[in-house]
Order: sequence, then structure tokens, then C-alpha cells
Amino acid sequence: MKFFLRRRRTLSALAAVSVAVAGTAALVRDGAVVAAAAPAMKPAVTITNYSFKPGTIMVKKGATVTWINKDDDVHTIKGTDGPEAFNSPALESGTRFGYTFHHAGTYHYICTVHPYMHGVIVVR
Amino acid sequence: MSKKVVVSNGEGRREAMKHLLWGGAGVLWTFAGGVPRALHLGSRAEAGEIRGFSFGQISDSHIGFKAGAHPSAQDTLLEAVGRLAALKPDFVIHTGDVSHLSAAGQFATAGEIMQGVKRDVFYVPGEHDTIGDGGKLFFQRFGRGHDGGGWYSFDAHGVHFIGLINVVKLTPTGLGWFGPEQLKWLDADLRQRSASTPIVVFTHMPMWSIYPQWGWGTEDAAPALAALRRFGSVTILNGHIHQVIQKVEGNMTYHTAYSTAFPQPAPGVGPGPGPLKVPADRLKTLLGVRRLDVVADRVSLSDSTLAQ
Repeated sequence: MKFFLRRRRTLSALAAVSVAVAGTAALVRDGAVVAAAAPAMKPAVTITNYSFKPGTIMVKKGATVTWINKDDDVHTIKGTDGPEAFNSPALESGTRFGYTFHHAGTYHYICTVHPYMHGVIVVR
Repeated sequence: MSKKVVVSNGEGRREAMKHLLWGGAGVLWTFAGGVPRALHLGSRAEAGEIRGFSFGQISDSHIGFKAGAHPSAQDTLLEAVGRLAALKPDFVIHTGDVSHLSAAGQFATAGEIMQGVKRDVFYVPGEHDTIGDGGKLFFQRFGRGHDGGGWYSFDAHGVHFIGLINVVKLTPTGLGWFGPEQLKWLDADLRQRSASTPIVVFTHMPMWSIYPQWGWGTEDAAPALAALRRFGSVTILNGHIHQVIQKVEGNMTYHTAYSTAFPQPAPGVGPGPGPLKVPADRLKTLLGVRRLDVVADRVSLSDSTLAQ
């Protein structure tokens, strides 16, 4: 987990830099990024009120997506469709899970404890 | 075909019919002929020799659940087990979600605490007991079924008990699911019984549609209920929703149960079925255990909360 968190910080920093340079999805004031709309900047999904938010995110190949469980209940992440299979252990309240996507494509996933919870990751 | 688990060679049903006993705490609800009727406990419906046949239900112990200042699920299970033991049931059923995260340590802790009821305990898993391994660890410790996917039946005092499993594979909408193999087994198991045999079915997720948007139902319950309908007395006991909701339909009665760990909201109230946050002094009024008394083909329920 520690290793993963370090990687995530690095990725986020890289994403911020690349968006700032491209200047397409971020407001740049005095050389600092103060707001950004590009979902690829923070490949994170919050689990709250029995739903994945955002429900669909787009990331670049090689990006690591983090899920953070902010519900009091336990959830899981399980890919149901896509180029790679991924599966989390049970995520207690307050815990997170990360997965790095190496292949482009559209990934659908659910929570196995509450299969009506659906999410999509689009990897380009 | 499942091997029968013989709980007791005690009195036969005819013998049991001679005796009536009401026990436990609070109020008993009887469901004779589909009409609920309250009896104050302590009253005896018939004088004479008293020989009761009763069993307990405990559910959703969620060992491992933690949430802020909420009491530990271990502590509340310990308390619930103490209350259930005091009700002196002949045996106990646990209707699932023994653990919170399907962890081996959580199953071990639950098993140790449940020994406090000093009675035989018959378990079925909840969806929290099958995370990641389809219930392998659960069945290793608590399994009773000898064939198929862990479902089983046994006879006690002339009543036929059936433990079904509807959590190993949930539907895409989150409903419980028995699957064709289990339904076929159930059909064959029931076919051997006469229609006058009282039936008690216990399974984790409700067998009627309480709130399907939250997965509070079982998608393929209909064929199971159809196979049960010819019997004169069918009692269906579930957990999963952490509150008591009951329904009567002809000779069939449906009852969900309290959790021993945390309450959940009323169906459809709020954004989701997550643990209901209540003031500390109210919590124990929403956790509890159940004693069921069987007399002839009537099953009487007595729910006790941890606050009583």
C-alpha cells in the first residue's frame, strides 16, 4: 500500500504537469494549476452512497486508478468486461484499492457485494 | 440428495401437539391461519405437562464491522449470545453475514463467541461471508451441506428444516439467486414430505421482494415458493436487512430478523442500505435475537432486543 501511494502521488504530479503544459483542460494562473477538469489528471473513483463517482473515467494506458471507499459498508471492485481482469479484496470503510491498466479498451466493473453498483474505466 | 442431519430424536410431532409452551421475553406473535395474534409471555395455553420445542434465530453478526464510536460487533454478538442462551432454545440457526469481510479470523472469532449459546448452531452464509472465495472459508468452518453448493436439510421434532443459499452468486441487479441446481435439489427434498409436515426454510436474503433496488429479494424465489406452497405450514426466515419485517401469504409466513451488529434503514429510505446511524442509547433497541416456539404446525415468534 505504501509503495502504491508513492506511485500514485508521482502519477498525479506527472498528470498535472502534462495538463498544465498542454493547457487544454486546466486554468493556469501565475504558472500554477488551480483547477482542472480533465478526469485523467486524478484517476480516482470515490465510492459513496453505493455508487462509483465518477461512474465513467478516462485514463491513459499505464495509469493507475484508485478507488476510495467512503461508505460505511464494505465494497469490492471486480472487472466484468474488458481487456484485463481485475479484482479487489473486500474494501473496508476508509480503505483504497489501486489497479494499473496496461491495455487500452473499455472496462466495466461492479461491486460483488452490491452488483447493482456499476462503473466504467476507458483506457486510451 | 443431502444426508439428513438429525438434531434430536426427541418427541414426535403427535407428542408435541399435546403440549403448548410459550416462552421467551416480551410478546409472542402467533400466526395461526395467517392471522397474527399477540400473547403475553408467561401465559401457558394449556395446563399439564410442559414440553416445549423451540429454536433460536440469530443473524447478521458482521464480526469485523467497525464504524467510529459504534460498539464492536464482537461485543454486541457476545451480548446477543447471552440473551439467546437465556431463552434456552433447543438449537439455533444463524441466517448469515457471520463475518463482515469473509476473513478467517472473523469466522474464528464468531465461531468461538457462538459457542456461548451452548446449543447446536446451523448456519447459512450471507454475501459478506462469500467475498472473494465464494464462501470457501465459511463452508470449511460452518458448512453442513454434503452435496452441491452447501445447502442442506434436517428434521427436528417432526419439523423439516431447510437451509438454502442465495448469496454465492448474486444477480447483476444485486438480488439473491438460488440457481437451478439448488432449486432441483429443493424440489426433490420436498417431494419426499407429506403436505402436513411443517416446514421451516432459512436463508440469508429475503425470499420476497422487499426493496429490489437495494438487492432486498431473491430473483429466482418463485419456483422455490411454488414448491413450498402445498405445505400446510411454511415459515421462511431471513436476515440481510437488519430489521424485522413480516409478511403472511396463505400458509406461508415470511420473517426477516434483527442484526446483532448494526441496524439498516427502512426499505428505500435514504441513499442506500448502509449502516443506520442512531444515537448510542437507541442502538440496542434495534439489535436483537429471536426465539421460535413450534407447537403442532404453528410457529410462534418472539423477538427480543438487546435493550430489553
